[in-house]
Amino acid sequence: MSLNTAYVDATQLGRSRQAVSQILETAATGCGTTGGEGKASCGTSAGPDDMPEEIWNKVKNHPCYSEEAHHHYARMHVAVAPACNIQCNYCNRKYDCSNESRPGVVSQKLTPEQAVKKVVAVASEIPQMTVLGIAGPGDALANPKKTFDTFRMLQEQAPDIKLCLSTNGLALPELADEICKYNIDHVTITINMVDPAVGEKIYPWIFWNHKRVTGIEAATILHQQQMKGLEMLTARGVLTKINSVLIPGVNDEHLIEVNREVKKRGAFLHNIMPLISEPEHGTVFGLTGQRGPSAQELKAVQDACMGGANLMRHCRQCRADAVGLLGEDRSEEFTLDKIDEMEVVYDLDKRKTYQEKVEIERQAQHAAKVAALAATKVADGVDPDMKVLIAVATEGHGKVNQHFGHATEFQIFEVSQGAALFVGHRRVDLYCQGGYGEEETLPSVVGAINDCHAVLVSKIGACPRDELMAAGIEPVDEYAHEYIEKAALSWFGNYRERVASGVVTHQLRGDAQIRQGAYSGSAEQAA
Amino acid sequence: MALKIIASMCTGCSACEPECPNVAIREKGGTFIIDPAKCTECEGQFDSPQCIAVCPVDNCIKAA
Repeated sequence: MSLNTAYVDATQLGRSRQAVSQILETAATGCGTTGGEGKASCGTSAGPDDMPEEIWNKVKNHPCYSEEAHHHYARMHVAVAPACNIQCNYCNRKYDCSNESRPGVVSQKLTPEQAVKKVVAVASEIPQMTVLGIAGPGDALANPKKTFDTFRMLQEQAPDIKLCLSTNGLALPELADEICKYNIDHVTITINMVDPAVGEKIYPWIFWNHKRVTGIEAATILHQQQMKGLEMLTARGVLTKINSVLIPGVNDEHLIEVNREVKKRGAFLHNIMPLISEPEHGTVFGLTGQRGPSAQELKAVQDACMGGANLMRHCRQCRADAVGLLGEDRSEEFTLDKIDEMEVVYDLDKRKTYQEKVEIERQAQHAAKVAALAATKVADGVDPDMKVLIAVATEGHGKVNQHFGHATEFQIFEVSQGAALFVGHRRVDLYCQGGYGEEETLPSVVGAINDCHAVLVSKIGACPRDELMAAGIEPVDEYAHEYIEKAALSWFGNYRERVASGVVTHQLRGDAQIRQGAYSGSAEQAA
Repeated sequence: MALKIIASMCTGCSACEPECPNVAIREKGGTFIIDPAKCTECEGQFDSPQCIAVCPVDNCIKAA
């Protein structure tokens, strides 16, 4: 990411704010009135009390389907599916798909045999790895033989690993029954529109019945296949996650409609992701200057969809060959040559024992969260509806336990009285380089969390501390190593006290920038 | 009469391989090649050559 773009462009923010207020107006008349039985809370952070037991059992250790699980359980993708049957304007197949993968780097393509070998090696090394997904780099169902061969062989060797795949949906209806055969209980469908007139601006062509179909006809066929495929999976009891790429000016308000339509058809989760778009990606959108959304534009659309299909807020838009916890990528440790040298012992008991330990820790974190939410104070004379965003530096385990300078991403929580809601994460360039603060990266960190009132860290140096304060973001290290929700609510209580006593004046914050490109270990080194 | 894949433009995605009605396409060194002896340009089989219709890179496949 270029440092030239570190500062938030004021003109762009003006535009964003206008867009945000338009979206909110639409929302007021849109899905807000048709929420039905949908929960107002973020569905992915839902726990065992919020859903039927059989569904909880399916999602509790799937990092993408459960916000809580993603702190504890890891996933991996194997790149066995390079072919695709449609063209998207945000994707350039010369490299990887830029929305699901870090652009500009060709991943190592694997045969099904190589993929299975890799999965078994990773699962032996990382016992909390519970999920294998096939997410491309093309479309899993445009490569049915490679995809299903991989699943079949893996089931024989590692039966405890959950299987999932992602698809654009074009080939879904014809393969829905095949998916059920392999016991795949999670499928992600990328649905960016429910109106072919919108779809026409996103999809230049599809390959359908031996023909390249373009324009409105292509978008119509794709839309019909997506809806039919989703309905078929719902009817067969497969959990579905809908991924939508938010493209400002193309489908931003329309995603509220998408949310409504996919909820109607039984989608379990809706994941609204920001468009990744830079000219150097060589995508149509990158080359035509189509920008991605700002953090507040993304949040406005996500908030407008609350009450509809449950939202996923912890997506990291990871690569088609990612390995590890969401937000980390250990794929470099498991290249084909390295796997060849590893001694692989697949020990099911060891994995089970480890996962039981993880489960105890997850429950402790959940209990701390419930206790913290119950303990918040009321009636202090400050606006009871006050809501602020805070950024948190964490290395995992649900705690405030990372040094400001070591953070490559911040988790964002929306805090109000009695609630600390996880609303997303922001990638940043690593501030601390070998013990020295990198002055040039600080503005980009500030830009990424500019909409936050405070940043909670385990520790922070004097220099960034002063600059954050100057930018109006309070650096807080008093809650080091506490559980995040507890720390967030304690800080918020303290903040309200200070507002009540007049020590500080509550002010609204600005917008923030979304850093382009998925997180990867090599990006960290290059930063 | 045969088609040719420009190797420098081929992404190696393999989309063309299963679409060829003549089984004329195979992988070679990370990209794909067409056997000119087997290629019919889909004449009499489909409206247009299948490999060109499915290829994600414009002008990657041309008349040899």
